Amino acid sequence: MSVPKRNVRLGIALIAVVLSALPFAVGLGMGNAWVRVLDFALLYIMLALGLNIVVGFAGLLDLGYIAFYAIGAYLYALLASPHFGLHWPAWAVLPLGALVAGLFGILLGAPTLRLRGDYLAIVTLGFGEIIRIFLNNLNSPVNITNGPQGIARIDPIRVFGVPLSKPLEIFGVHLPGVYLYYYLFVLLALGIIFVTVRLEDSRIGRAWVAIREDEIAAKACGINTRNVKLLAFAMGASFGGVAGGLFAGFQEFVSPESFSLMESVMVLCMVVLGGMGHVPGVVLGGLLLAVLPEALRHGAGPVQQMLFGRVLLDPESLRILLFGLALILVMQYRPAGLWPSATRRREFSKPGP
Amino acid sequence: MDTFLQQIINGLTLGSIYALVALGYTMVYGILGLINFAHGEVVMIGALTALAVIKPLAGAGLPGPLALLAGAAVAILVCMALGFAIERVAYRPLRHAPRLAPLITAIGVSMVLQQLAMIIWGRNYHSFPALLPATPRELGGAQITDLQIMIVVVAILMMAGLALLVNRTRLGRAMRATAENPEIAGLMGVDANHIIALTFVIGSALAAVAGVMVSANYGIAHYNMGFILGLKAFTAAVLGGIGNLAGAMFGGILLGLIEALGAGYIGDLTGGFLGSDYQDVFAFFVLIVVLIFRPSGLMGEKVSERA
Amino acid sequence: MSVLLEATGISKRFGGVEALKEVSLTIEQGEIYGLIGPNGAGKTTFFNVLTGLSGADSGHFHFAGRPLDISAPHLVAAAGIARTFQNIRLFANMSALENVMVGRHLRTRAGVVGAVLRNAATRSEEAGIARRALELLHYVGISERGNDLARHLSYGDQRRLEIARALATEPKLLALDEPAAGMNATETGALRQLIEGLRGDGLTVLLIEHDVKLVMGLCDRVAVLDYGEKIIEDVPAKVRRDPKVIEAYLGGTVV
Repeated sequence: MSVPKRNVRLGIALIAVVLSALPFAVGLGMGNAWVRVLDFALLYIMLALGLNIVVGFAGLLDLGYIAFYAIGAYLYALLASPHFGLHWPAWAVLPLGALVAGLFGILLGAPTLRLRGDYLAIVTLGFGEIIRIFLNNLNSPVNITNGPQGIARIDPIRVFGVPLSKPLEIFGVHLPGVYLYYYLFVLLALGIIFVTVRLEDSRIGRAWVAIREDEIAAKACGINTRNVKLLAFAMGASFGGVAGGLFAGFQEFVSPESFSLMESVMVLCMVVLGGMGHVPGVVLGGLLLAVLPEALRHGAGPVQQMLFGRVLLDPESLRILLFGLALILVMQYRPAGLWPSATRRREFSKPGP
Repeated sequence: MDTFLQQIINGLTLGSIYALVALGYTMVYGILGLINFAHGEVVMIGALTALAVIKPLAGAGLPGPLALLAGAAVAILVCMALGFAIERVAYRPLRHAPRLAPLITAIGVSMVLQQLAMIIWGRNYHSFPALLPATPRELGGAQITDLQIMIVVVAILMMAGLALLVNRTRLGRAMRATAENPEIAGLMGVDANHIIALTFVIGSALAAVAGVMVSANYGIAHYNMGFILGLKAFTAAVLGGIGNLAGAMFGGILLGLIEALGAGYIGDLTGGFLGSDYQDVFAFFVLIVVLIFRPSGLMGEKVSERA
Repeated sequence: MSVLLEATGISKRFGGVEALKEVSLTIEQGEIYGLIGPNGAGKTTFFNVLTGLSGADSGHFHFAGRPLDISAPHLVAAAGIARTFQNIRLFANMSALENVMVGRHLRTRAGVVGAVLRNAATRSEEAGIARRALELLHYVGISERGNDLARHLSYGDQRRLEIARALATEPKLLALDEPAAGMNATETGALRQLIEGLRGDGLTVLLIEHDVKLVMGLCDRVAVLDYGEKIIEDVPAKVRRDPKVIEAYLGGTVV
């Protein structure tokens, strides 16, 4: 329990050094394209942490989570691009994205959270698809989303007026845009981790886990389960909204195809494979599953060429196949994920005699 | 042409297909309390298998209806085996696991089946040959094809057969008993594992037939066709009251009608604001509305919270 | 003595079965009130209706001087009725201490902002929750098991933990659904002491129990349900001699 304060400080300092040096190590060693991969990994980690609140803590299976990411992204795109001629600053749009996504979470959750868990999964899945279909089709008769073409030339995120998309020279150190975004994303991901960990160990977090463990007992203990579940839904959604806004500013382009059902399933994979309800596991899951497809992209082709003489499976299919298999195998043999918390592991072990 | 009658005919055709798929969902749900997300992929495998049999046969000059029959027969066998394997490998080991585990597994199975189908059949859309005479018949100002007639008739026959099986045979009694209470059914000498496997097999056979129907109806088959179809069929099952066989049939037909009429009239209803692109939204919208206002479905009993 | 809970004309049907028929009873402040009856007599149904888990078809409750809103379980808990379950329902993968801490949810306030900022108010509230939870574990006699997961506790300890969790909600009435079920003689004896201690501390207890001996020895007054109807409500000495009760139990088992 009691680690000396000095060690804690030392640990924090070490993590800070590693996190600051990481883009340089990756960028110089493997090229800036990989720093970009790292940036996306951080966005996925934020998403996975948001979904973890819903699935991991409160035990509610949300299969349309990417819709909240889409809402955050399109809000940013609409408010900071030539599409409507609006150029709101990121510091205003990002919190607004969190708020609006959270509101959508409540809007969806309020009528559906009294349903049984497996119905909830289907309804959220339907919601995700509805949002995507609307994004795809709301270009006529009034052009709101610009349809399947998506919205381009979105404003980059600016911090104190400095756009993160352009390289920056600080004290003679050259920082490309992907590095700048990396630092912003790391800070925000750390913020989200902080919030998640604090929530987990609080009155609210205990109520979430209580509902996951036994909803009827939680009710009998005086927990207003509907409100507490809604809170989980809204919190998770708002993380998704922030990540979506960051995504839009980073890519400077959004289109509906970034928000397919497969993306929701990917984020779910990150949470499940990493370790439901365990923050370090979820972070690990997000990192692994964001980086792995890139590795597949570079490695899978040559390996197949070598083994079969031709490329049977493109990396995208291989990714889905592998993750699908991983979901099945993990549920059978390691249901608490790769890095489970002690509690989770025990819950998923077979019931005793 | 009478749009209304035409959309009713289209809706009945579509609804018959949904009903067959919905039966698979509802049977599994009735017995295991599990939403078998992978069921839509079984439909897809059925369609593509049938196509793989039909193409060479039709190419060799076999008459269309015979080729269709042969394709459906092979598809049924393949899907039955697939359904059996899915239950055995993916779901049976999780029978007593926490409720999230089989749901997540089902998603995994769905992903794997889709990608396997893609490896076997490729990414392209396959055109499904027209095997029945294509000239439509006039019916009160609307048109109906032989294929549409066949789809509705076969669906009705299969549903009647299933109803007989479940209500009139020893096997059906065992299935109902297991759905009611597996432990007590077990005490009465019913092998629950056997019954559950059988449920998957029967549901998959219906899915295979539905797969052939949907491909023949739209003239197309694709590795990606299963998921949304499955989702809509699940909606149909919920609409009728999940776990209730008659409800699944009724829900399927109703959903087919809602979609067809909705697609035909949405432009008029919204003053041109929403077009028929939104056809897919109807199913989800119906699903959400039903679950909110009548979670037990239109024909279902009250679904109590699983303790 | 003042009346704590008054149930008037409570009826509940399940399909064709009348599980509760116009049941009326009154529980006085500070007593241990037993509710007994053969299997399927409607005891647990009465509990579920009272605690808001399933709505009554007709009838109403009056609790602590005002009408009791039984539309949702958490409202019943907030009004001051806590319960345990026949088949123990703990949060299996939380520690014993955390289980009791969840019970404090109702009487504490911290929200998301407080949890994230962990300001002075939240910190002191959290400390208070942990302190009270530990006291309650101590009270029911399992304080040394506080850090064990609830699922790892012995059967008897799980029953105690469930009572501690219920007490954490600061109830005026504690409703126990067959707390002695599955217990051996020693455990039952200890349970009896615990319940008597609760009465000694001023709590009112509603007890459903199969163990007639325990009920007769412990309760101040007893009501008997049979086929959903209350057939008698009186002190144990009178109840055990009542012919209707003896008949309900097929003669002889009530001694």
